[in-house]
Amino acid sequence: MSVPFLDVRGVTKRFAGLVANDDVSFSVSEGEIVSIIGPNGAGKSTLFACITGFHAPSAGTVTWQGRDITGFKADRVCRLGIARTFQIVQVIGDMTVLENVMTGAFLHAPARTEARRRAEELLVTTGLIDKREFLGTALTIADKKRLEVAMALATRPRLLMLDESMAGLTPVELKQIISLLREVRKRGVTLVIVEHVMEAVMQLSDRVIVLNSGKKLTEGTPREVVADPRVVQAYLGERYRA
Amino acid sequence: MAKRARFVVAAAVVTLLLVLPLLLPGPVPLHIMIMTFNFALLGVGWNIMGGYAGMFSFGQAAFFGIGAYASSWLLTAHGVNPWLGLLVGGVLAAVTAAAIGWPCSKLRGHYFAIASIAFAEIVRIHFNNWKLVGAAEGLTIPMAEPGLLNFQFHGSKAPYYYIALAFLAVGLMVSRWVATSRAGFYFRAIKESHELAMVLGISFVRYRMLATMLAAFLSAAAGTFYAQYILYLDPESVIILPISVQVVLVSMLGGAGTIFGPVVGAAILVPISEITRVELGHRGTGVDMMVYGALIWLISVYQPRGVWGFLSSLGRRKAPAPTAAPAPEARP
Amino acid sequence: MSEQLIQQFINGLLIGCVYALIAIGLTLIWGVMNIVNFAHGDFLMLSMYISFWSYTLWGIDPVLAIPICAVLLFALGLLVYKFAVSKVMNGPMLAQVVVTFGVSIFIANAAVLVWTPDFRLIDKPLLAGTWNFGSVQVSIPKLVASAGSVLVTGALLLFLNRTRTGKAILATEMNRDSALLMGVNTDRVNALSFGIGAGLVGVAGAFLSMYYYIYPQVGGMFGTISFCIVALGGFGSISGAFIAGLLVGLVQTLGGYFFDPAYKYAIVFGLYLVIVWIRPQGLRGW
Repeated sequence: MSVPFLDVRGVTKRFAGLVANDDVSFSVSEGEIVSIIGPNGAGKSTLFACITGFHAPSAGTVTWQGRDITGFKADRVCRLGIARTFQIVQVIGDMTVLENVMTGAFLHAPARTEARRRAEELLVTTGLIDKREFLGTALTIADKKRLEVAMALATRPRLLMLDESMAGLTPVELKQIISLLREVRKRGVTLVIVEHVMEAVMQLSDRVIVLNSGKKLTEGTPREVVADPRVVQAYLGERYRA
Repeated sequence: MAKRARFVVAAAVVTLLLVLPLLLPGPVPLHIMIMTFNFALLGVGWNIMGGYAGMFSFGQAAFFGIGAYASSWLLTAHGVNPWLGLLVGGVLAAVTAAAIGWPCSKLRGHYFAIASIAFAEIVRIHFNNWKLVGAAEGLTIPMAEPGLLNFQFHGSKAPYYYIALAFLAVGLMVSRWVATSRAGFYFRAIKESHELAMVLGISFVRYRMLATMLAAFLSAAAGTFYAQYILYLDPESVIILPISVQVVLVSMLGGAGTIFGPVVGAAILVPISEITRVELGHRGTGVDMMVYGALIWLISVYQPRGVWGFLSSLGRRKAPAPTAAPAPEARP
Repeated sequence: MSEQLIQQFINGLLIGCVYALIAIGLTLIWGVMNIVNFAHGDFLMLSMYISFWSYTLWGIDPVLAIPICAVLLFALGLLVYKFAVSKVMNGPMLAQVVVTFGVSIFIANAAVLVWTPDFRLIDKPLLAGTWNFGSVQVSIPKLVASAGSVLVTGALLLFLNRTRTGKAILATEMNRDSALLMGVNTDRVNALSFGIGAGLVGVAGAFLSMYYYIYPQVGGMFGTISFCIVALGGFGSISGAFIAGLLVGLVQTLGGYFFDPAYKYAIVFGLYLVIVWIRPQGLRGW
């Protein structure tokens, strides 16, 4: 087997007296869409934070394209090609939509005109081009989430990690973002998503990783996972019992 | 405004500023203009770190003082030309800003404000006791042959007027570069949120330091100008909290985070303060500052975007109309 | 030598207790509404003048002026909250930071105008003189002020932990949103906390007026030091502010003793900068 794209080995994160992640290992291949699911408090966001440089893991390693990036700061992780969004959506409120995306595009396009061109291109892809002059604060939640994806993509990531980008969306909005993420993958960006919305997880994922109480419970294809009685018991409940 | 109209207005303003010294009667109005330009320059500097990058410093007087003292001491003790002193002072201020900015790079909002006050107080106390630079007695700049080279003019204030105007123009160019370049976008991202800045690949420590250093350099340049203009300085006239506060106020009144905001703010505030001082004399001790205090309160409560921010929002294209997209907010 | 050191140590503790009382009012306000009251030092100055004029005009001793100062400053706190602070609570960060700065500048300069910049002193307060233990001297008014500060702090803690209103304040400090959900009227809690914070500094002002010079700028240095104490202790932490207050008092006097008295405040500010560098959240913050 060649070097995995992203490899998480034995990651453990302890906060004072609390183990948020306990010896979690998994890997992601290039071009995959991998979902991480689990009940609230299972440690999904902490795991995200450990990979993207917001927390340094207490133990374990994160390897990115063969390079050990454990404990790298978040901005450095981003420059190496891993972008992320936040569970509580974050955009720059007093910038326009276009300026928000340009801020991301500046990472690889220091010149203003080029950053602007790339940002506009991404606004077309994400369907926000008509709202380019709106201020960040003036957007609906669904548009803010799309904008956040556009900003992340503007940094030209090889891997995009989305933290609950679909929570609280209407069915129509959900459909739109799912097709957007498919389009993103088609352009060669690998996706790791933390998600509660099972419809999206089932439709999008190549592989699903289930966390429970900080530990990895299991992983497999979406079908395998929803058929696993342990997963049903820990998380899914009645709805997905086949 | 159409591009053409804007150009005409700008050309008219510049022409007016250039011929103004010929029109103004007597030295007092000219003095007020000079002080206005100098405070506008301080405000432009503060605005880069405070208005764009969101670091609300209440200690800019420290850098103003460092600039003033550096050139003055080099001149009095070693006969160094003040123009060279200006550069040395600017670099020294920027280096000091980096040295203090790095440990403070995680402080935000009130925390940063308090740290900046503490820092400026240390500088003030130190200069009050530093024998090398005259301690509390300060420094007097010896009279020299008047001329641009010596940065001294005795007959008329007009040369000072043009130099102050030129300094301000340079400051505005720096500010404009910041506003439209990558650095300016990054500053605004950092102001919004450190986390967000980081996921966009921005090293917030590095860019915060850049903003702090630019502000310190411009403040120091204003300091050197002040010293060469007044020809005397002591710690209690340059490194004091009221100056730091006035710098913040100039930016905020005009509109923090806009290029011309500090200029507008200075044009309103400095004349108020200079005129109350002239008109009321000693009876008016503190009246100008009372007006300031009341203004700060009024602006914060009623117009936190400042005069320029308010005006330009009137002129702005009607873009963010929330009625255009009545999409539902997040469902629970 | 060692007796001199003991003397400095005692002086440090004595001023530290008063610092603590000043800072606790400030930290209470910060903890509840995330606002630094930059006018805090000027509140202190006003309280000292109230005490001074009560004494000069009506012969009321500073000890008896304590309740007057507390009540008047409480009222002032409510006014400043209502007309300045409450109006910017949802506004931009810059407005939140500077609004009380405006109040501070206004009060300090109004005091110059009304009372002139002269230094004043209450010449014959009830409490005066010193106790001598060998060559170590303890000033009686300072001792009373410190003991009073400790008592008032204790009373505040009792109030916060034992009464319904106090618990509402603590709940808001911990989590504003949950407090709202539990039916706490947070606007009332804010106003009350601001009033109490101001009232506490009123008490401190009355104590200080027994032995300290009274002039319009007196609040400046006390204010700046109390910001540092609050940040050192951890914003919002009452116990942190108390410990940091004592620490700053000690550092100031011992620093002045071992290095240079002219630098005593600079040493305090330097210590503050070093500590926030290492621990941005302060000693007892989280």
